[in-house]
Amino acid sequence: MTTIAGIDVGGTFTDLVLFDEASGEVRVAKVPTTVDNQAFGVLAALAESGVAPAALGAVVHGTTTTTNAMLERKVARVGLITTRGFRDVLELGRRTRPKPYGLTGTFRPLVDRELRLEVEERMDAEGNVVRPLDEAGVARAAKELLERGAEAVVIHFLHSYINPAHENRAAEIVRRVWPNPYVTVGHAIVSEYREYERGVTAAVNACIQPVLHRYVGRLAGELAARGFARELLVMQGNGGTVSASIVAEAAVNTVMSGPASGVIAAAYTASQSGFPNVITYDMGGTSSDVALIQNGLPQVSTELELEYAMPIHVPMVDVHTIGAGGGSIAFVDEAGMLQVGPESAGANPGPICYGRGGARPTITDANLVLGRLDPQKLLAVERAVPVGAIRARIDEAVGARLGLAPDAAAAAILRIANDRMAGAIRMVSLARGHDPRDFALFAFGGAGPLHACALARELAIPRVLIPARPGLTNALGCVVADVRHDFVRTVNRPLDAVADDLVANVVAEQIAEGEALVARERVEVERLETVHRVDMQFQGQSHILSVALPGRAATRAELHRLFEAAYWQRFRVELKEIRPVLVNVHTAVIGKRRPLPLALLAAGGLAGSLEDALVGRRRVWFESGWADTPVYRRDAIPPGARFAGPAIVEQLDATTVIEPGCEAEADRLGNLVVAVNG
Amino acid sequence: MGAIDPVTLAVIQNGLQQVCNEMDLAFVRAAFSPVISEALDRSDGIYHRDNGELIAQGELGLPVFVGTMQFSTQAVIERVRTLGLALDEGDVFIVNDPYLGGTHLMDVKFVKPFFYGGRLWCWLANTGHWPDTGGMVPGGFSANATEVEQEGLRLPPVKLFKKGVLDAEILSIILSNIRIADQRIGDIKAQAAALAIGERRLAALLDRYGADTVDRAIAELKARAAQQMRARIATIPDGTYAGQAFVDSDGVVDEPLRIAMRIEKSGDRLRFDMAGSSPPCRGPMNSVIATTKSSIYLAMKHVFPEVPINAGTFEPLEIVPPEGTFLYAQYPRPVSGCAAEVSQRIAEAVFSALVRAIPERLFAAPAGTSGNLSVGGTDPQRGRAYVMYVISGGGYGGSASGDGISNGCSTIGISKTTPIEVMEQYYPVLFEEYSLHEGSGGAGEHRGGFGVNYKIRLRRGEARVSMVMDHGRAGPQGALGGAEGGVNRVRIVRGGQGYVPAHLSKDQDIRIGAGDLIEVSTPGGGGYGDPFARDPELVAIDVGRGYYTRSEAAERFGVAVAEDGTLDLARTAALRAGRRPQA
Repeated sequence: MTTIAGIDVGGTFTDLVLFDEASGEVRVAKVPTTVDNQAFGVLAALAESGVAPAALGAVVHGTTTTTNAMLERKVARVGLITTRGFRDVLELGRRTRPKPYGLTGTFRPLVDRELRLEVEERMDAEGNVVRPLDEAGVARAAKELLERGAEAVVIHFLHSYINPAHENRAAEIVRRVWPNPYVTVGHAIVSEYREYERGVTAAVNACIQPVLHRYVGRLAGELAARGFARELLVMQGNGGTVSASIVAEAAVNTVMSGPASGVIAAAYTASQSGFPNVITYDMGGTSSDVALIQNGLPQVSTELELEYAMPIHVPMVDVHTIGAGGGSIAFVDEAGMLQVGPESAGANPGPICYGRGGARPTITDANLVLGRLDPQKLLAVERAVPVGAIRARIDEAVGARLGLAPDAAAAAILRIANDRMAGAIRMVSLARGHDPRDFALFAFGGAGPLHACALARELAIPRVLIPARPGLTNALGCVVADVRHDFVRTVNRPLDAVADDLVANVVAEQIAEGEALVARERVEVERLETVHRVDMQFQGQSHILSVALPGRAATRAELHRLFEAAYWQRFRVELKEIRPVLVNVHTAVIGKRRPLPLALLAAGGLAGSLEDALVGRRRVWFESGWADTPVYRRDAIPPGARFAGPAIVEQLDATTVIEPGCEAEADRLGNLVVAVNG
Repeated sequence: MGAIDPVTLAVIQNGLQQVCNEMDLAFVRAAFSPVISEALDRSDGIYHRDNGELIAQGELGLPVFVGTMQFSTQAVIERVRTLGLALDEGDVFIVNDPYLGGTHLMDVKFVKPFFYGGRLWCWLANTGHWPDTGGMVPGGFSANATEVEQEGLRLPPVKLFKKGVLDAEILSIILSNIRIADQRIGDIKAQAAALAIGERRLAALLDRYGADTVDRAIAELKARAAQQMRARIATIPDGTYAGQAFVDSDGVVDEPLRIAMRIEKSGDRLRFDMAGSSPPCRGPMNSVIATTKSSIYLAMKHVFPEVPINAGTFEPLEIVPPEGTFLYAQYPRPVSGCAAEVSQRIAEAVFSALVRAIPERLFAAPAGTSGNLSVGGTDPQRGRAYVMYVISGGGYGGSASGDGISNGCSTIGISKTTPIEVMEQYYPVLFEEYSLHEGSGGAGEHRGGFGVNYKIRLRRGEARVSMVMDHGRAGPQGALGGAEGGVNRVRIVRGGQGYVPAHLSKDQDIRIGAGDLIEVSTPGGGGYGDPFARDPELVAIDVGRGYYTRSEAAERFGVAVAEDGTLDLARTAALRAGRRPQA
């Protein structure tokens, strides 16, 4: 029995969820995020929970320190040592432009040209040495980079994924003179072919390694000073955790950990409620995150881009960001068409209703005018703005131009916003080979539950799930996440040219590597699990298909069968005449933590009746017109209670709209399960 | 028919777009040809039942296909009328005839009648770039064909699928005339499957909103797009703006080809007149009219990217048919260079004219060549024939907002390069270098982006090298006093002897052996604005990065950088004071 705290840092708030397994107690806390050093907010959240750090068995931390550092380019000065002739690979990219139309834009490489040095060495695609490594040259390059002020260094050689000998030797030489541990070796971060993607991933690692190392070091120190005696765990983009003591070695793994932890919580919660297949929808202020969970497992991708031309090819929960959030601005374009987004009012000035000077109507403003949000209960408001004033702005910007009454104009904003968001969710699922109708919609974040029923109806999704604490989903993800390490190895050979025991051998090496890492972490896990998959394709194709392996090995014949079945499942095409290729072998080593009793999150209202939860009624607009609508207090709704839409469900940090014709039921874990009809 | 309400209109617009995006997605995910699946060289759209006009087009499609498929759909409609063909559900026409609304032969279109409520409701069409359609060189990019028959198999509109069944006889004709035929069946299935997905999604849209409402919405959307384009055009000052661009040569006759572009703006209309352009050429650099028109559409979309695309968008753009020039190719003029190269020169001519009118929206010329290089041979170690394609980017032009980016994709494309590590796995080559083409960014207050240098060594066997590139003779144009970008260069080192193609950027069947080297440098983008007005600090940084040498900084920018890399302000002032007179 132990007490575990999950602390997630978001853009506005730092959230804490704390489980005391012995007493069955749950505590939550919400404090403002401290942007410059997130550690202050983390410590404040702990203080607010009222539990002494010394009493904690584990602290799991989700931080956006590295993501923000990358997006703002507040990163370390990095040097590169690479193969002679190829120092510009990181600057030239893959011959792209920021947008399909329009020929302007900017791109700045992660490592400036004067800090990119070349040494004599070359492997070929089979891993044969074409030119030996110039060891003296490596030493000279390291010295030169130090003189030019590099704090971290990347060693990135062509074809190191197939033969890392030169990279390893160069790393030995560099480490002898490098004054800190910030030496990143390309193949050790990701052992996958494609020189630009592998190089950028390694460069990202080097850029944020010092930043993360210092941040986590300071936070661990502060916690220790307050009596916390156990290992601090940090969330990674793959949805698993890693010890603070080693997290900086592969710092790149923490980029995009924020959205991942929400998805992990969604997978955990939805599975326990009997929904193994869900689409998650986390709607925030400027954008929304969408992810797919199949059989209780979040989809993992190794091909995400953080921004234009910045691929990060380590395994990460496959979260797709769409450019619509509560702050998306509605306007009428010169063709007289109503548009919503992608321009956003963001947090500053924010929607009109925030009273921070925002003057252009947003999705949040439309929700307010239509009675879907209660103006008294907005969290981020600086100065209250009368609803009438907001309605007037909507009338001016949209209604008058389209010949619509103000309410109809606000309704039009929601309709268009929902239509666009539904379209984007549909493309995300189709691009991953799925029909959204086969999933439930799991909505969280501040605004997700406001739109979930309407989106589900648009997508013909039959069920919506709203978790007990939609605004604390990411922090919950920290608490339920397992320890996890992912490994990828590129093979890229026709299947019939691969040895029958190759997969078994690669997998065995990957498991050994993962087990060694877990052993170094000193974290309490119940048991170790491993999950394996391979990427395959037909020869001549460039897209790969991921195929799960049932065990730790697979012969050629088995791989062939698995791939053909997966291909048929996906494309309904059989291609007997073309050879399959084995591209990559993936292994995830997962240290399972003890499951937590989620029902505790629903605490409160357990004994009452639905009537006790009814706190009032108000006029709310729906497609069918205005309706006098009951308002329920979320934490007073007892398990098993059922009610029909229209209804509004309110809680501290989220409002749920149950559309007319929908039926909601509170399940035993405190989730609202909504049956979406028509 | 009453006016359609604005919300339904916006929802239907998005719905039509979504149908096309889903077709794009289905096509690219199931395709075999890397040109389609990796280079995204394909497009899908919905076309009007009577006149073939564009209704909606996928946002993920290749830019050069903006507008082209309406011309091929029109050719199919014409064919159906002339021959009195019956149309059935499940029919799919295949067509790649360049003179019937096409581009080059490799762009193969599928056009399918879509029926709703028992009648023809619209056409669905898509284009995919096939890796080969026969002809004298693998891949179809011949540098010196003189008639279209040498370029490959030409298909007039014929039904490849009849009532949903693939016609085995027509298929056998196609497969007997193209290379790497065994993989094409995968592409054919993918291309047809994408249209089938479009059918299902469009039927669902019509079920939901009603065919009449959608019809009215389509008419309204066309009018609105025209209105939006007019509103943009109205921001351009009235007047006549002249621009031009040059193609190095046609690959056969070593003389430059000129594109003359006169753009007349009055009120809310633009008129494009290409009179004075070079006459039809012997080599494959002729452009069919469909490609010429869509190059202008594409250029305008690059200038006004926010305007949605349907037939209405093009309405305010009047294009005078450039009869008697190489931009209006007639049978049997060879045309394989039109989609990849001439189209980009046409766009460059449009940019160079408009930059005089609305400099704040424009940019200096981008590298604007696809840089096609092919190396074909047999790998003795694997006993296998191969054709390796290298498609290159170059620098973009500087603009009002800043410097141009380096190694950008061709104006007409959106594809990525194939990684070196992948090329070296597939082909018996070793890349010796892949680097920034130093000095190639055209000087300007905002300089151009840089091109690429690459060197490929053949490791085994013999091979033949062909290329269709451009801007070998003159670099991409600068704007508003900016200098032109660096030129494209090709050099082959055979048995230790250097060889430079006579036409600089175009050649065919150069034999090379093991150990020989292919060296290519691609163009940089044009500079924007007076180079002497560039912030000297930025020039010093550029020198520190090795983008320019110290003497280039002095000559091109009037900036003196000391040997230790620091900026010499006094000498810079002197250099800039004694500037040469402006050209």
